[in-house]
Amino acid sequence: MDRKGAIVFSDGSCVVGKGFGASTERTGELVFNTSMAGYQEAVTDPSYAGQILVFSYPLIGNYGVNTDDMESPRVWVEGVVVTENCVEPSHYKCSSNFSDFLQKHGIPGVSGVDTRALVCKIRDEGVKPAAIKVWDELPEPDVGKEAKEMAKKIREFSYSAQNFVEVVSPKKHEEFIPKKRDKTVVLVDCGCKKSIIENLVARNCAVVRVPYNTNSKEIMKYDPDGVMFSNGPGDPKILKDTVKCCRELFGKTFVFGVCLGNQVIGQALGGKTVKLKFGHRGGNHAVKDLETGKVYITSQNHGYAVTGVPKGKEWFVNCLDGSNEGIKCEEAMSVQFHPEAHLGPLDTQYLFEEFMKRL
Amino acid sequence: MKEEGITTVLVNSNPATIQTDLDTADRVYIEPLEAGVVKDIIGREKPDGIIATMSGQTGLNLAVALKEFLAEKKVRVLGTSIETIQLAEDREKFRDLLLRIGEPAPPSERVRNIGELKKAAKKIGLPVLLRPDYRMGGEGTVFVEKEEELEEQGRYCLRLSGSGMVLVEKSVLGTAEIEYEVIRDSNDNCITVCSMENIDPVGVHTGESIVVAPVQTLSDVDHQRLRSASIKIVRALGVEGACNVQFSLDQDTGAYWVIEVNPRASRSSALASKATGYPIARIATKIAVGYDLAGIENRLTGKSAAFEPALDYVVLKIPRWPFDKFGLNECIGTSMKSTGETMSIGKTFEEAVCKAVRSLEIKRSGVLANPSFLPTEKRLFHVIDSLRSMSVEEVYAATKINRWFLNKLKNLSATRTGLVDFAVLVDKKPVFNIVDTCAGEFEAKTPYYYSTVFAELNESRPSKKRKVVILGGGPIRIGQGIEFDYCTVKAIQALRENGYETIVVNNNPETVSTDFDVSDKLYFEPLTTKDVMNIIENEGTENVEGVLVQFGGQTALNLARSLHALGVRVLGTSVDALERAGERKQFKELMDLLGIPTVKSDVARTQQEALRVAKSLKFPLLLRPSHVLGGRAMFVVHDMKDLEHRIEESLSISEGSHVILDEFLEGATEIDVDCLGDGKRCFVAGIMEQIDEAGIHSGDSYCILPAQNLSPEVLRTILDYSEKIVTSLNIKGFCNIQMAVKDGKVIVIEVNPRASRTIPYVSKAIGVPLAKLAALIQVDAFDLKGMKEPSLKYCAVKAPVFPFHRFPSFDPVLNAEMKSTGETMAFGKTPEEAYWKAAKAAGQDFSGPVLVGDCGGHTRKIREAFEKAGAELAENLEKAAFVVSTAPGEAILRKQAVAEGKTCVTSIFGALMIAKCIGAKPSFEIVALNDAYC
Repeated sequence: MDRKGAIVFSDGSCVVGKGFGASTERTGELVFNTSMAGYQEAVTDPSYAGQILVFSYPLIGNYGVNTDDMESPRVWVEGVVVTENCVEPSHYKCSSNFSDFLQKHGIPGVSGVDTRALVCKIRDEGVKPAAIKVWDELPEPDVGKEAKEMAKKIREFSYSAQNFVEVVSPKKHEEFIPKKRDKTVVLVDCGCKKSIIENLVARNCAVVRVPYNTNSKEIMKYDPDGVMFSNGPGDPKILKDTVKCCRELFGKTFVFGVCLGNQVIGQALGGKTVKLKFGHRGGNHAVKDLETGKVYITSQNHGYAVTGVPKGKEWFVNCLDGSNEGIKCEEAMSVQFHPEAHLGPLDTQYLFEEFMKRL
Repeated sequence: MKEEGITTVLVNSNPATIQTDLDTADRVYIEPLEAGVVKDIIGREKPDGIIATMSGQTGLNLAVALKEFLAEKKVRVLGTSIETIQLAEDREKFRDLLLRIGEPAPPSERVRNIGELKKAAKKIGLPVLLRPDYRMGGEGTVFVEKEEELEEQGRYCLRLSGSGMVLVEKSVLGTAEIEYEVIRDSNDNCITVCSMENIDPVGVHTGESIVVAPVQTLSDVDHQRLRSASIKIVRALGVEGACNVQFSLDQDTGAYWVIEVNPRASRSSALASKATGYPIARIATKIAVGYDLAGIENRLTGKSAAFEPALDYVVLKIPRWPFDKFGLNECIGTSMKSTGETMSIGKTFEEAVCKAVRSLEIKRSGVLANPSFLPTEKRLFHVIDSLRSMSVEEVYAATKINRWFLNKLKNLSATRTGLVDFAVLVDKKPVFNIVDTCAGEFEAKTPYYYSTVFAELNESRPSKKRKVVILGGGPIRIGQGIEFDYCTVKAIQALRENGYETIVVNNNPETVSTDFDVSDKLYFEPLTTKDVMNIIENEGTENVEGVLVQFGGQTALNLARSLHALGVRVLGTSVDALERAGERKQFKELMDLLGIPTVKSDVARTQQEALRVAKSLKFPLLLRPSHVLGGRAMFVVHDMKDLEHRIEESLSISEGSHVILDEFLEGATEIDVDCLGDGKRCFVAGIMEQIDEAGIHSGDSYCILPAQNLSPEVLRTILDYSEKIVTSLNIKGFCNIQMAVKDGKVIVIEVNPRASRTIPYVSKAIGVPLAKLAALIQVDAFDLKGMKEPSLKYCAVKAPVFPFHRFPSFDPVLNAEMKSTGETMAFGKTPEEAYWKAAKAAGQDFSGPVLVGDCGGHTRKIREAFEKAGAELAENLEKAAFVVSTAPGEAILRKQAVAEGKTCVTSIFGALMIAKCIGAKPSFEIVALNDAYC
């Protein structure tokens, strides 16, 4: 017998499907990603902390999961919603199917629902708090009744009020040393993906990973060639200390930022951040380099955008909605998208080289 | 191009396509695609640029051949340069390029002797391909699987090699085949539009493979690696426009190799365009005229074209093969044999499979004869059936089809009844979702729909506008080709101009009618009663004024009765009249009533009945199944024994469960008449004379407009009969009538109350848009009052194109069953000029050694005819290759002629025309369609 699963909204309405993964209940912000592969990278990306992820592509789990494609050691999404969850994957690297993987990480998944309908709802109404629950096979749940209870919790949930970075950021300093060491970068980890560290190390750059709330003095003690602010979850407005730290670093060392890092740098330069209606999450957004006029297909995962970038400092813009996608100035450079990819296109990995050149 | 205000001149020899319609380009030349002809046209039209990457290999080859001429005339090659094309097409040069940029070609080594060869083969690992140097088109390439074969095959290749060296190359047979469609602009911006995965592993041509989009079995890491590689290759080549890159991927290790690239719009790019909603050819053209990707609009979302489509559905393509028709159960492989394809869109893989199978319109019997895991057109069904008793691992071992696909196909085989029901996957009313290029991320502006039972949100909301549903023709097959796309598109355009909301149902990704911006609403769906009814119900039965069934060939017409029975209004000629024309007995009664002679004929339901019926008729008889396309299983039988031999096949294929036996008129001239009716009046648009002799299917015969060998009296009779038939049936729309003329007597053979195969040809010959008028008539927006009889300034000949070289085991003798897969057309001041041009465009070669055979005394008859026409012509007879008659003895000669690429002429009229041309060595006039009319 199938387990029941449902996505519940704040008004008590719900979408019922089949449960997979762990039989449990979670609350989070309901968002969607339009990438057609890379589900393992997505659910292990710390930037998704506090969010329930809807995959617009209907067939998820086709190639299972493996030990290489973890962007962090654990699953960060609160739940997963798909049209069809593949239980018989086929791939040379496959070590488990997606459902068992989520179960192991205690994360609920719901399949058999119209994910396009959810995507359209989020597109039209904006991202919104929701809950996801997977019930045990027995006793048969009264979904309608439970949904009403869950709705109360959803109404109390506020994504922007929580400091998710605090949750995902490491507590200790850690070093990653390449075989040949040309440069050293301090990485302020606000929820960093493994691929960022790998990209730096692959370019003979030693990485000192520090917690998001490390102050600038402490950072400069490492005498780094540069500092990088990573991607991460949540509302960038609340990272006041991190922004301050970034501002203090300007002029002392060169600063690079990715995603949340772009928002930190943007704020440090006097810009603001706004919440996008439904964010950019996927592997197909094009950005335009305002210096060269070239466009790049990028990996994106953000719900906030930087506004008020000081004149002359805007570097990239989104080709679809014109929002800021990058900042470049004497002190820093940053991009709103993910040059480290995983998931998504590798087309902007060259930016890590640009960073190295600036050091 | 037209959107940019650029005057366009189009050259193509194919009359059947909407491309050569006067409304498509500014100037149209229906002329042979030869360097000389194109040079002439360039001389007259003085174009600023030329684009050759949109028309397949033909266009590329022409551009390469004209390279110097174009430079001399300062005609800019737009888009991808000729140098790039040459680089991509040269195996050695391309291989070097791959090595230079660090992309893997299948491992290989060049060797000079057997010792080296064995060592190399061991290092690379069997199986290997051995390729001798300096051989064209893969000649001498051998596939070696076993070690003991290596020496013998190696010696053979070494001997064959021009340089004494042989390339030993790893065979990637059985690995997964993955494709990417890439677009690059002159600013070096590069995107991939679509990834596609062939379900059939390497070894089956991608055009012959069942293909799914997007890729299903690759992780993001695998996918991005291949995507990056394809972009790297396209950049290194310097493509400016579209390019297809094919990879082979080892399913056990993830290692990959680059197989080939096509630096042009291709079959795959057409599929990718329909699969994603991203119009590759349009974008590639904009790039060719200088646009930057970011500056082009994606018309589905109103946003920039610089992005990569995200799909939230599964697309499946299945090729349509002519094996049923050719009576072959051939293996498919590295050479293209399919004539067309169908595409389906579903939420799940299983749904896409079921929909694609429905769209194929193939007759599926319960049990497969000679089931095999070898790649054949039936393999999909055999795999599904086998998974009921065999494990996925066993089927994988036999087919190397990825286990993911096998697991999914297993779901289809696990049905309650034991029989796979492709019609009902889940018993639930479907909803309609949009193909929007962005997986719902942005609101789509253009309505391109597919049905699914795995969704709740219905995105196809009916409007309150006056609307009609137009049924397309489905996959291209012999007997139902691209001409029905032409008709469908003309109908859509006509009704749109008249304020109707046009709703198209079709499932052929190769057509223009399935371009999302051609109609108001496109439903990419199977053409079955149930699928069409779901659409009509969704549009609101009360809002749909009716269905047009006359434009999509027999596929559409076959739905008329069942849709009518479900309360749908069939526009145009009434369903009863359609049946009266199509049903044998009613047709006969009508002809008798009108006093029109028909051939004596009868029907039979069993073998015994057929033999009994035959006794009351006169041999030879034409035996044919009822309600089938293009003369399938149609035979001329000469005696009882012949009949006995053929009857079973004819019966088994008949959709109407009976066969028809007609008395066959030997030596008659066959006439094809295309008419329009408006319910009261009749307009005879074209009286075509078939040049080849009676008994050859009209689709396989050369034909000419205007008719050349009919007396005024016969012509008057033809007009009279046509008018009687059209008005008595109250035809509203098309009516095609087949007649035969023998000894001055006109006999009506068949009436088809729908668009015929010849509608585009006739329309282009006389300069009247027949399909447009037929559509308007059917919505009462036009009548035929005052239509003038067409008068022609030029003769127009239509020539068939045959696929025989792809089917070596197939008998090339022409008979009542249609075998051609395409056609050409040409205008000429004289019949022979038009004939010669059309034949040349169809690839016929009149030069070279003579091939003459005496078949049943026909050579003597020709000689007589020639002598009558003049001594000079008789001389020319000796120079030409004539094989005449359809008598059985002719088969060997005809095969020989086909093998040698010679022309076979099956009529004295044709032979005479060729002889005149050979003698005159004339320089032919090139005619723009725009100037072809009085």
